[in-house]
Formats: sequence, structure tokens, C-alpha cells
Amino acid sequence: MSKDDNRRMLLEKTLKENNYQGSALLEILHKAQGIYGFLSKDLLMDISQSLNLPPSHVFGVATFYSFFNLTKPGEHIVTGCMGTACYVKGVDDIMQAIEREFNIKRGETRADGKLSLFVTRCIGACAMSPAIVVDAEVIGKATKEIVIERIKQVLGGAKE
Amino acid sequence: MKLADLQTIAEHEVDFQRAYKYRINVCCSSGCVPFGAFKVLEAFQEAVKEFGVERECKVARTGCVGTCSVGPVVVIEPGDYIYQNVTPEKVREIVRDHIVLGLPVKGMLYSNEAFFKKQKRLVLRNAGKIDPYRIQDYIAMGGYSALVKCLATMTPQGVIYEVSSSGLRGRGGAGFPTGQKWSLVARGHGSPKYIVANLDEGDPGVFANRTLAEADPHAILEGMLIAAYAIGAEKGYIYIRAEYPLAIQTLQRAIAQAKSMSLLGSSILETPFKFGVELRLGAGAFVAGEETAILASVEGRRAMPRPRPPYPANSGLWGKPTLIQNVETLANIPQIVLNGGLWFSKIGTPKCTGTKCFSLTGKISNPGLIEVPMGITLREVVFDIGGGVQENGKFKAVLVGGPSGGCLPETLLEQPIDYESLKKVGAIMGSGGIVVLDNHSCMVDTAKFFTEFCVDESCGKCTPCRAGLPRVKGIFDAITQGDGRMEDIATLEKTGVYIRDASLCGLGQTAPNPVITTLRYFKDEYIEHIVKKRCKAGKCFKKEAKP
Repeated sequence: MSKDDNRRMLLEKTLKENNYQGSALLEILHKAQGIYGFLSKDLLMDISQSLNLPPSHVFGVATFYSFFNLTKPGEHIVTGCMGTACYVKGVDDIMQAIEREFNIKRGETRADGKLSLFVTRCIGACAMSPAIVVDAEVIGKATKEIVIERIKQVLGGAKE
Repeated sequence: MKLADLQTIAEHEVDFQRAYKYRINVCCSSGCVPFGAFKVLEAFQEAVKEFGVERECKVARTGCVGTCSVGPVVVIEPGDYIYQNVTPEKVREIVRDHIVLGLPVKGMLYSNEAFFKKQKRLVLRNAGKIDPYRIQDYIAMGGYSALVKCLATMTPQGVIYEVSSSGLRGRGGAGFPTGQKWSLVARGHGSPKYIVANLDEGDPGVFANRTLAEADPHAILEGMLIAAYAIGAEKGYIYIRAEYPLAIQTLQRAIAQAKSMSLLGSSILETPFKFGVELRLGAGAFVAGEETAILASVEGRRAMPRPRPPYPANSGLWGKPTLIQNVETLANIPQIVLNGGLWFSKIGTPKCTGTKCFSLTGKISNPGLIEVPMGITLREVVFDIGGGVQENGKFKAVLVGGPSGGCLPETLLEQPIDYESLKKVGAIMGSGGIVVLDNHSCMVDTAKFFTEFCVDESCGKCTPCRAGLPRVKGIFDAITQGDGRMEDIATLEKTGVYIRDASLCGLGQTAPNPVITTLRYFKDEYIEHIVKKRCKAGKCFKKEAKP
């Protein structure tokens, strides 16, 4: 069985568990993003047909909520917390340093597909602010130097 | 399970816990986990075995103690010794000295009595003390006995009466009297009735609800159950941010455990009462915390508010009467039922009873999660509990109520914290965020930051918010890039008031608060930016590469 069939089967299972109900759209989009990594146009069309919802409704919901990714993220993901506490403690300076160092803009994925730089509104590590997430690791009380070093490390590992 | 069985479980559990001389509570909530709390937990489990003290030491994973800035945090009972910045390497020494030799390791202790002295922990009473993954821990602390009391001895009207007389008001921010809300939903026509517990803590910088869910999930469930009994609801949803994986996991587990003990489901505790709870995940939309938007989101639609009336109490989820309540409000309920509304009404101020949880962050010495009685002053919170501004900084302002709250100057620090007093000075209770700013923050830049947040989060439905906020942002861009004009100040003031007065929902109505309050209290900074093109904090007038 190919990887695609496998994923489709998992999606089908989720659809079935929710009785193909339109009201479960958010749950299904969450699961679908978990399975596929992001929500492609084809995938959204598929979900729209399975739930018997107009594509406009499904696209509308998927684009309304910032948690859903409609493009493929990079191999490594760096997320800056733009919550109030982190902002007050200077996360913006760190983000600008990352942008300069790695030639990337926030919200973007680098053309080589290695790195995405995102911002999020609060990961809740406010007492440890500023916080930057590199892949799954939260770096609390972050500084430019520490974060850039860590990103270099993960990118270096990816080169093989 | 029957009513009497609960008592047996509680007694059993208390005996079980008494068998241990020490209890080592390792905080494993979202504040401490990223910094290695699980490894510390493992290290303790191994160390107590290594020293052969596993029979006298119960090592437990618990929720948040509140001192989130010095995590991972470990508390050893008896005596509530708080160890800070614990790493797996330090664990052997702690077990050897504290447990085996009976000598607490002074150098590692968090010694800051002031942080706890003025707090009053009602909602967070179990936080950091019980294992949120074990329902037995909650039952041993008297958990679910309030539900038993309701089912066995009280009528639904009796429960509503107690809640009304407690004076409890909604902790989500608006401060609507809870008892009144319950009687509205109880009288609403239509069935089934629903409950939506609001855990969509979208305010950046606020983590009180998450901490509660991670530390004491059953308090939320018990509050929902009692509310369901009082208003006649059969089904409840907890709407929680997807960004809170640990809280989601904790709640899922709590729901499963409550089900397996027939505390959720049909014929709860062998009575005719039935109630089911499901989680619904948000997906990153600040506006989804608004009560009509949350309904749309639970129904699988875009989280866009709608005009009221009809109010959710009459026409909520799928057109049925629905009670929407913040989880902190719900977590107060069991204690109100157990101790009576009168007891609760004596805490806090006469108009604003009880306590409130706040996340205390920013440029402050002791950031963390606190719970204080209503009516405490901002000065007490910032300087006594929070320990004042971090070294090398000078107090400038305190932001109360999240991105749509107000920035208050030092002269207003004597303001008591309650819904009316905060509103009077232009701030809001919001969901409980207090951020301290020092002289390194620019008030113009801060107001711009919050405006940008609200521009991003505006759902786009009503024009004042959708079109007005970007206009405000445009003016801020001009001022902070050196193109400001004096008449901009009047335009900001006017536009802010328009947006506040004409927007459909709470987001738009409160979005101009930071602008209005910074203009009110820090106008000289605006003028300095416009006339002298100077930013004392050094935040503005940076050359930004235009995209």
C-alpha cells in the first residue's frame, strides 16, 4: 500500500468517526493537517466532497483559522512567540536577527525548503519569555546568539 | 458507582497517601515541561529507589505552583519546600540531603514568601498538590463531593440560588452575574440544552486557564456537571485552543476517568442525571473566545460573532439554550456548593466577590501565575507579589486585560482590581493578563503592537473593526517612522471612540483600549514622537526594509 493510500485511510477513519457531519469540520481539518502535514487544495476538495459541504465553506474555514497551514512547511520550523510578554522582552529583535542571518522573512519558507520562519500569538511560556520554538524544542529566556546557534545546529544536521 | 462509593475511594486514597512520609511534587505543566520537568520527574523516581526511600516518598507529577520563571519547580511536602531550577543532575543531592538526612538544600530553595503571602488560592487550591492524571487524587481532596451534595440534597433551583447568592461573576472578562445567567438558561425553551466551557485563552500573555486545566481538570468537569444539573443540560463542550496540547491531553484523560467511574455519561452516580462532555479544538482565532463566535466555531464554522439578541441563553448551539462559561468560573462552583454562597460572598469586595487568577508577566521580578482576592490593588500585585520591576528598569506602566486592555501609569496603581474600577480607568479585567512595562518599552510602540494584533484577529464582519483598525495602524506606522503630524492625535482619539462604540462584538469594542489609554496617560510620548521624532526607549524610527 502506498503512503498516500495509507493517509487516505486514516482520513477516512476520522471522517467516519465523525459520521461525515459538517459540524465536525474543524476536528477533521485538525486531523487532516496532522496526517498530511498541511492542507493542500486537493485535500480540501476531498474533504468538501466527503462532508457534502461547498468548497467555499471548507476553504473559508481553513483560511479563517491561523492554525491551519495551506502550504507545505519547511523541513525545519522556527516559530517566534509574539505574545505580549515576549514582545515586551524583545522577541522582535531576535526575529530580525534570524531574518538577517538566514535570509528569510517571517511567515515564509525558504526556497530550498529547509527552513520556515513563523510567528505565533503566545505559546504560554510567558514567564520564560522571550520564547522561540526550534522544531519541537522551546528555547526560553532566549537570546539572539543562543537561537541562531541552535538553528545552525539543526540546519547543519539536515545537510547530512 | 454509587454515592457512598465516592466516600470510600476518598478514605482509601487519604490512607494511601498518609502511608508516605514525604511527597515530592514535580510540576509538569507547560511552563516547566519545555525546560526538562519530565526528566526531573524520572530522575526523582530513580533517586528514591537508589537511596531506598521509595516507601516513604511518593513522587508525583503535578500541575503548576505558580513560580513559572524558576522552572522546573519541585515542591516537597510536608513543609512546602519549593526547589527552583531543578535539573536531573541536582536530584540526587536533593533526595540525599532532604529526604535521607532531613536537611533541605538551602541553596536551591525558592525563598520568596512575598510571592505567596497576598495570594488566595481557591480556584488553584489543588494546583501543584494533586496529580491531575489521577482522579483519585482529586477525590481525596474532597473532589466530586459537591456534585454528590447537589444530586443527593439539592434541587436545581437550590443550586442556582447558592450560585446567585455567592455573587460570582463571569471570569471570562465581561463579569456577568453567573447565577443570573444560569437561571436564564434554565428558563430557556428548547431541548437539549448545552454547556460550552470556554478555554479559548487567546490573549497573548495569558495562561491562567491553561494552567488550571493542566493542574486540576476535574474541578472544571465538576463545575460543568453541577451547572448541567442546575440548568438541565445534557451535553457539554470544552472549547480549547489547539496550541495547548498538554491541557488537551490532561482533559481528555480526566474525561475518560470520570466516564469510567460513572461521573459522566448516563445515570451518573446511579441517579437519573445524565451529562456528557466532549472537547472541541480551536484553531488560532482570538475572536473565537467571544460568546457567539465560540458557538459558530463549535458548530464547525468560521468563528464570526453575530448580533445579540437572540442571546445564547435562548438560542445558542444549534438554536438551543446554551450556557457559555469560562472554565475559571466553573472551577469556583464546587466550592460554592460545598461552603455555601454566603461564604463565597465574603471574599473579595461586596460587588465583586471571590478571587481572580492572573498571569503576571513582563519586566517584573517574579513573573508567574497568581490568584488574588478581588479588590487587591495593582500596586500590591506588581510590587508585593511581583516583587517590582526587574533590575535596571524603572516602572512605566502596567497593562491589564490583554491586547484589548488598558495601559495604566504609576499614578493609578492604587486602583483596586475589580470589574468596575478597571473599566473606569480604561482597562478591562479581560481573561486575566497583567503585563508590566518599564522604561525600555515605548508606549506608542506598545499601542501599535496591540493594534496590529487586533488587525490580524479582526474577523472582518463589521466595518468599524475591519476598516477602522487598519486605519489606526496606518497612523501608528506614520508616527513611528517619522511622518507623524499633530492632528494625528485627534484622529486617533476620534477613530478609537468610533471603533469602540460602533463595533459588533467585544473584540472591536475593546480593541482601541490600548490606544485610548496610552493617549490619555502617555500623550507626551506621542508628542515627542511627532515633534522631536525621538523615541526614548529606542523602539521606533528604525529603518525597516520595505517588502
